[in-house]
Amino acid sequence: MSIVSQFSRFVAGSFRLVRRGNAAYWAWLAFLAVLIVSGALAFARQVSEGLVVTAMRDQVSWGFYIGNFTFLVGVAAAAVVLVIPAYIYDWKPIREIVIYGELLAVSAILMCLLFVLVDIGRPDRFWHLIPGLGHLNFPRSILAWDVLVLNIYFAINFVVVTHIVYRAFNGRHYDTRIVAPLVLLSIPMAVGIHTVTAFLFNGLAARPYWNSSILAPQFLASAFCSGPAILLILFQVLRRFTRFEIQDQAISKIAELMAYAMFLTLFLHGAEAFKEYYSDTQHLLYTRYWFSGLGEHRTLVPYAWTAVALNLSAFLLFIIPAGRRHWVTLNLGCLATYAGCYIDKGMGLIIPGLTPDALGEIYEYVPSLTELRVAAGVFALGFLVFTLMLKVAVPISLGEFQHEPAAGEAH
Amino acid sequence: MDPEKRPPAVSRRQFASVAAAAAAGFILTACGPKRLRELPRERLAALLEDLEKDYTKRFGTAVAVADTPPIQGVTFAYALDLSRCIGCRRCVYACVEENNQSRDPEVQWIRVLGMNKDKGIDFSESDPYYQPAEVPQEGHFYVPVACQQCRNAPCTKVCPTGATWTEPDGIVVIDYDWCVGCRYCMAACPYGARHFNWAEPTIPRDHLNTKTHYLGNRPRSKGVVEKCTFCIQRVRVGRYPACVEVCPVGARKFGNLLDPKSEIRYVIENKRVLVLKEELNTMPKFFYFYGT
Repeated sequence: MSIVSQFSRFVAGSFRLVRRGNAAYWAWLAFLAVLIVSGALAFARQVSEGLVVTAMRDQVSWGFYIGNFTFLVGVAAAAVVLVIPAYIYDWKPIREIVIYGELLAVSAILMCLLFVLVDIGRPDRFWHLIPGLGHLNFPRSILAWDVLVLNIYFAINFVVVTHIVYRAFNGRHYDTRIVAPLVLLSIPMAVGIHTVTAFLFNGLAARPYWNSSILAPQFLASAFCSGPAILLILFQVLRRFTRFEIQDQAISKIAELMAYAMFLTLFLHGAEAFKEYYSDTQHLLYTRYWFSGLGEHRTLVPYAWTAVALNLSAFLLFIIPAGRRHWVTLNLGCLATYAGCYIDKGMGLIIPGLTPDALGEIYEYVPSLTELRVAAGVFALGFLVFTLMLKVAVPISLGEFQHEPAAGEAH
Repeated sequence: MDPEKRPPAVSRRQFASVAAAAAAGFILTACGPKRLRELPRERLAALLEDLEKDYTKRFGTAVAVADTPPIQGVTFAYALDLSRCIGCRRCVYACVEENNQSRDPEVQWIRVLGMNKDKGIDFSESDPYYQPAEVPQEGHFYVPVACQQCRNAPCTKVCPTGATWTEPDGIVVIDYDWCVGCRYCMAACPYGARHFNWAEPTIPRDHLNTKTHYLGNRPRSKGVVEKCTFCIQRVRVGRYPACVEVCPVGARKFGNLLDPKSEIRYVIENKRVLVLKEELNTMPKFFYFYGT
């Protein structure tokens, strides 16, 4: 059988899989579709009228879009939390679920790239960034580095999961000679995408709030919290609705790793806060804007303390072994981690970095409805891709859905 | 030949040669230089002609787009006398007129900061929206800020597409046709000097300055970044920037940094000179001084 016909059979099989589902599945898809359409309409208006329909202005020139982008790079990087023990230590309970981490990484990077696309003023010129076709200012611009590492990381994860699922579909084990080196490469790449994204902000001396060498470690630590938080919830959903099996031991182990990562996050935040408040220089302004507001400008203060409270409670829930074993506290901990890191890494990083602006002006940024709709649309598109990929990957990797040569030959 | 089978209007040979030419043209355009920075002069001239036609049609009045090159042995620099500036903002509006900044939404390349005399130069205490009945206001002084034309410019370094760079005469410019509008340069600029076209810029037809330069005041589109170019369209032909000319108190000095006899060199060598945010090592070519 030729490779082409084999592959087209795989594609056809995948289509059959995504067309099958219960009412909940279709309701979920319909929900995502509504958000995607609403986001697309909002984006169309943004393209025709300009970014003036967002709340961003010269003072706060990056906002909700770049915040979400930064957060999602962390989510994508977090697949590595599962990959390291699975492949390096051959730790069986985690090994079988690594593929879902990689699928999450693929969807997250897709969302990252979309968030950059909706943020730029001239999306029609995105090809200017493609080396050869356009001109990528590499190695001087850190954004050029980010474009490269994000795309490479996307490609690696996409190839690995496609290979594994495709082989499983044909009833064969994946080829270790392909998977092992790519997976090994994906580990430094995951660290790389997050480090480079941190450097994107870190390298700007104009913004003291970002110009701190603790930023990259902080990014990595919080990524290792938020990424697994999504996966733990996903695993419980899959275990409930499919024949997918995951041992409690594995879930508890991931939660334990999250507790350590959260400790590191809190510690690094503490170290940063100490330096800012104790040295009490003019650079304290940005941190003060986040935690206590400047004069009557206090928009972000409730978010700051909510994030602190969420992160602290997530840490306490997961550091106590009983907390990560009971399903209620486990899920509360995951939600707290996700929400805490989302606030912290998204708005909490971008907005205080730009407020007050370079000349001391305070413009209080709050995302506009258009920004919220476009962002919801991007998230919905990412989740749609994630859902469809899972719909294909789960039954195939469980061995429930395979190409049967006899049936295939009959056609 | 069978009369029913007429030869096609375009022969196979014609079609093939046109297709080949189109393909070659496409490949040449795709592989050749596309940024204004690297265009050979002949191609630049052709491009500017197209731009002129385009602008002339759009504004209904003849627009010239010059490509005046930098002058050898010239590096432009600026000095502003803080003890003279009265905060009248005439420079702001002269700049808007000269450089075709959008009137709606308003884009202004110069920002005049009102400062408290007892606080000194402290950005966090400054007020760009001061509106007293009369300037200068008692107890205040004024710091106009535009692009500082840094020698170690953070903005050009971060641009992912190389759409902004420093010209040989020291002017930091932007290729409006290559900028993707990511605004990384705006995050990198310590002086708030870069401005984004959040909406389609509008300039009333009779307010358009029709003498433009391709790296300076030619009309821009929405979604791209713009900034002060020391009035590149003027200074490269030996004129002063509009803000220097309009300043009613003579607070603004401009000239060739490499000419030991220039006024700018006199100021630097004889006055108390400072640059903004010196600790960032951006090395501005925009100096502030106390003349009296």
